[in-house]
Formats: sequence, structure tokens, C-alpha cells
Amino acid sequence: MRVNVRQREGVTILDLKGKITIGLGDVALRDAIHQALDAGATKILVNLQDVSTIDSSGVGELVSAYTTVTNRGGKLKLLNLPPKVADILQITQLITVFDVFDDEDEALRSF
Amino acid sequence: MPAETLPFHLTIGSRFENIELVQAVLSDALSAYDMDDESRHWVDLAVREAVANAIKHGNRLEPEKRVEIDLELTGTELVVRVRDQGEGFDPETLNDPLAPENRLRPNGRGIFYMQKFMDEIDYDFQPGRGTEVTLRKRLGKD
Repeated sequence: MRVNVRQREGVTILDLKGKITIGLGDVALRDAIHQALDAGATKILVNLQDVSTIDSSGVGELVSAYTTVTNRGGKLKLLNLPPKVADILQITQLITVFDVFDDEDEALRSF
Repeated sequence: MPAETLPFHLTIGSRFENIELVQAVLSDALSAYDMDDESRHWVDLAVREAVANAIKHGNRLEPEKRVEIDLELTGTELVVRVRDQGEGFDPETLNDPLAPENRLRPNGRGIFYMQKFMDEIDYDFQPGRGTEVTLRKRLGKD
């Protein structure tokens, strides 16, 4: 999985591309979140538009990212969930845990 | 739809990157079947979870320990068996990932997803003799 990091209006946006799966993508996500936090980010938007597959480890890493950021007083939100990613979060009743947006500008205004 | 396809057998070392090899073989095996993309995606994911569990929880990431995967396709059913060389695993000890106290735990969802995406899952659990999980999916329907 590839992670591109950009800043807009004080929000750190992580554009993820590829598979968030055990051993590779989940580790890349964890590293990206920790690097953002170490750089002082408190508002993080994870853009999942180009994620093709997420497994239980990837879901677990998203949950860990959410709790880690929240416990540090920050906010983590999700953008552009592909249908299969939305389905897998829905099945485990996690979709309501996250703030989810389909429009980047709207997501940025929500922070 | 083919009436029957020869079975596939794979033996892999306990490395996560080998999951992609299993996925490639599964994809090739299923290519002869008229399965829609969405169904295929969920079958791929269930098998991915089973192999990941065997590598991580069964063989505890010891690369010299093997995971055996058998794929069998009949005209009506896909059967995948995944065996590890671990200490054995009792599925009865699993926590419910939907329970409020478990909702935000980082792990414990893999078997739940497998159950959701396949028609049937069976465990053969023998303490000290590893675990074999059998996944079944009827073909030609959701």
C-alpha cells in the first residue's frame, strides 16, 4: 500500500492506495498515523478512495488509529469509502464509530 | 460452468507475503467459474483471513512452519482447507467482536468475517496437532 500525505486547512490528509492487509498495508497505515502524530497533527483525514482490499488486520489498524488519535485529544475521520470497505466496517458495526465523508471540502469543514 | 476441477494443493512457509500466492492460485482456480466480482472478493477475503490466522496464531510467524492449503472445486461448491502446525486453537474461546466492550479492540474480527462471507466454516481442533479450518462456499449463487 502507498500513503501520500498532504496538508489542507490545518488537516493532515492521508491518501491510501492499494491493500490494507496483514503484514504490509496495516503496518504502513500504523507508521503513517504515528508519523503524523509525531509531526504534531491533531486533525487527520484518512482518504480510502483507492483502497482495493481491507482485511481484519487493516480494520483493526483503522480502529487503533482512531483510538490512538482520540486518546491524544485529536480527531480522525474517514473520506471516500469504497463500497467494499464500507461493507466490511458495517458488518462489524464500526461504520457508526467513525465520522465518514464523501466530500473532502465538507470533511475539512467538519474538524 | 465446469462440472469439476482438479484440486489444488499448496504448501507455504509462514510469511504474510505468501498470502498473495494463495490468492493468485485461488483467483486462477475460480476464473473458470461464473462468479460475480463481489462474491469473488468476499471469498478471497475469507481465504486470506484463514491463511493469515494459520500463519499468525497457528504457526506464530515461525517461517519454517508450514501452512497447507487445499482448494477443491466441484460444479456446485468451493471447499478450502487450511492447516497449520500450531498448538491448536479452540474457536469456542473467541470473543464476540460485536459486543460493545469489544467493538474498539484492534483484533478478533477475522473469524467473524470468514463466517459472514462463506456458507459454512468448520474447525478441526486437536491440542498439539494444529488446526484445520474448512471453508465452504456454494457456487452459482450469493
